Amino acid sequence: MANKVIYAVYEDPEQLKDGARKLVSNGIRVKDVYSPFPVHGLDPIIGVKRTRLAIAAFMFGITGTCLALLGIWYFNIFDWPMNIGGKPSQALYKNLPAFIPVTFEFTVLCAAHGMSITYLIRNKTLPGMPARNPDPRSTDDKFIIEVRTADNHGHSAEAISGLLRTTPVFEINERQY
Amino acid sequence: MNFSFSNRAPKILMGVMALGAVATVVGIMGDHTDHHQRTWASLLVNGFFFLGITLGALFFYSLQNATETAWSVLVKRVFEGIMGFLPIGAIVMVIVLAAGTFHLHHIYHWMDHSLYHEFMIGEGDSAKYVDEMTEGAVANPNFDSIMAGKKAFLNQGFFWARTLVYLAVFWFFATWFRKQSLAMDQMTGNSLVTRHLLTYRRSALFLVFFAVFSSTLAWDWLMSIDAHWFSTLYGWYVFSGMWVSAMITAVIMVLYLKRKGYLPQVNNSHIHDMGKWVFAVSFLWSYLYFSQFMLIWYSNIPEEVTYFQSRINEHPALLWGTFFINFAIPMVLLMSRDAKRNPRFLIGVGSVIFIGHWLDVNMMVMPGALGHHFHGIGLLEVGMFVTFLGLFIYTVLSTLTKAPLTPVNHPYLEESVHHQI
Repeated sequence: MANKVIYAVYEDPEQLKDGARKLVSNGIRVKDVYSPFPVHGLDPIIGVKRTRLAIAAFMFGITGTCLALLGIWYFNIFDWPMNIGGKPSQALYKNLPAFIPVTFEFTVLCAAHGMSITYLIRNKTLPGMPARNPDPRSTDDKFIIEVRTADNHGHSAEAISGLLRTTPVFEINERQY
Repeated sequence: MNFSFSNRAPKILMGVMALGAVATVVGIMGDHTDHHQRTWASLLVNGFFFLGITLGALFFYSLQNATETAWSVLVKRVFEGIMGFLPIGAIVMVIVLAAGTFHLHHIYHWMDHSLYHEFMIGEGDSAKYVDEMTEGAVANPNFDSIMAGKKAFLNQGFFWARTLVYLAVFWFFATWFRKQSLAMDQMTGNSLVTRHLLTYRRSALFLVFFAVFSSTLAWDWLMSIDAHWFSTLYGWYVFSGMWVSAMITAVIMVLYLKRKGYLPQVNNSHIHDMGKWVFAVSFLWSYLYFSQFMLIWYSNIPEEVTYFQSRINEHPALLWGTFFINFAIPMVLLMSRDAKRNPRFLIGVGSVIFIGHWLDVNMMVMPGALGHHFHGIGLLEVGMFVTFLGLFIYTVLSTLTKAPLTPVNHPYLEESVHHQI
């Protein structure tokens, strides 16, 4: 039997949540949901794991802090010590207050850029990457659940569609892939 | 459902207050500073700290109204409860300031009128001070040209006018907001929305007042202790300390009430959001503290650097310890989402930061008020803090008994109940 992908199109986020809840309670795995805006409370229903982006951002930030301090120490203390404003440069810690703004800015720079780029790569949405959105209407006013038969071996495409029809679905599209 | 005291709570609070009062009395007997300056300074610290919490709560409350924030509607009664302490804090401040005016203490050394006149006629207490050289006048040894230059702002008449205006405006808005909030409980439909919009506009008006007064009250009540010194960031720095203390107080109150079975609709997301405020405002405080410190430290101008010089040389533990507690602890411990959703953890960290901000007020007041006679926090300071804390909690809880803990009617109540992040 060929694998099929089913797109259930809803007109309202609450109806979409009801549909997703019904699918999941019948043991059907939802592959993904496409929506024009974030739907609150959807993640726990379809079992999306919590993002680890925050941890990545923290790592990027710490990297930025370390790089900034290393750089400042090398430029201003080790390689070419300078007496600026009567603050002799014998040690990093003695002049630390003056270096905090740079360290702070570099931490933010690394965390923000690292986080954005990681996010774009992970979502496969870097500029120039092909769009994976199955239906352009989901960027406007439709909410779409994607279910794949390959993920749900116990259920036939007809059974899933039948189950979806018991929810206030707007339309159901099936495709081979 | 209204809050009602459990059988134990008032006894514990009375015990805490009694213990604090005993410690305070013992501490006062050990206070050998001139005019009991240390006792007065300690009263100023605690009066200001707890009044500051109520002002932070009042500010946040009107910020929520003015931005029409929905999630916080469920916990607004807690902020109203904190605002219940405002009259007591205001009275303590008035007592301390009036004692300064009547020269019962010399915390505000600018209140000595002899500083402002270049010449004097006669000697001692009967001396007459004059501004211009006249017959029989001699140079006034007390004359302080810096203070004379600030006379237009720092004089008793204007000072008291400002102080009373601040307190009157705060008191007026706090009682007005409370009245509207209770009135809205009885309303539905259009009248509810109309009243909500009225509160919204008045809150915006209050924020305008508060924007100015939060800075100037910090100059008047705290910065004028070191009257020769000034810092343009001081007002914001004091304000951010008040705000973060208020947020900590509110979140601990909410967690206490939840634990006692009240506020059943307050969920993890509300707690998480309040935890975020503690975290974020801690950063605001750290940012302002550091900005003030670094610019003064870097430029190293004598008239500015004296403030930090005396503190770094004589009380390094207080200065750096305060910054460490109030910056590093919330940053490291409250960064993760799980920490902000864990009640015990939040109460623990919050209590530490709460004490950190009390130490911060000590750091602002004590070295300036006592000079070389300040030898660190002792029994007197701790005793008075504990007394005030007991009184504060008692007042807040008894204000909470007077109205339903969950607002009965509010246009955004439904949205707040379903708050989910």
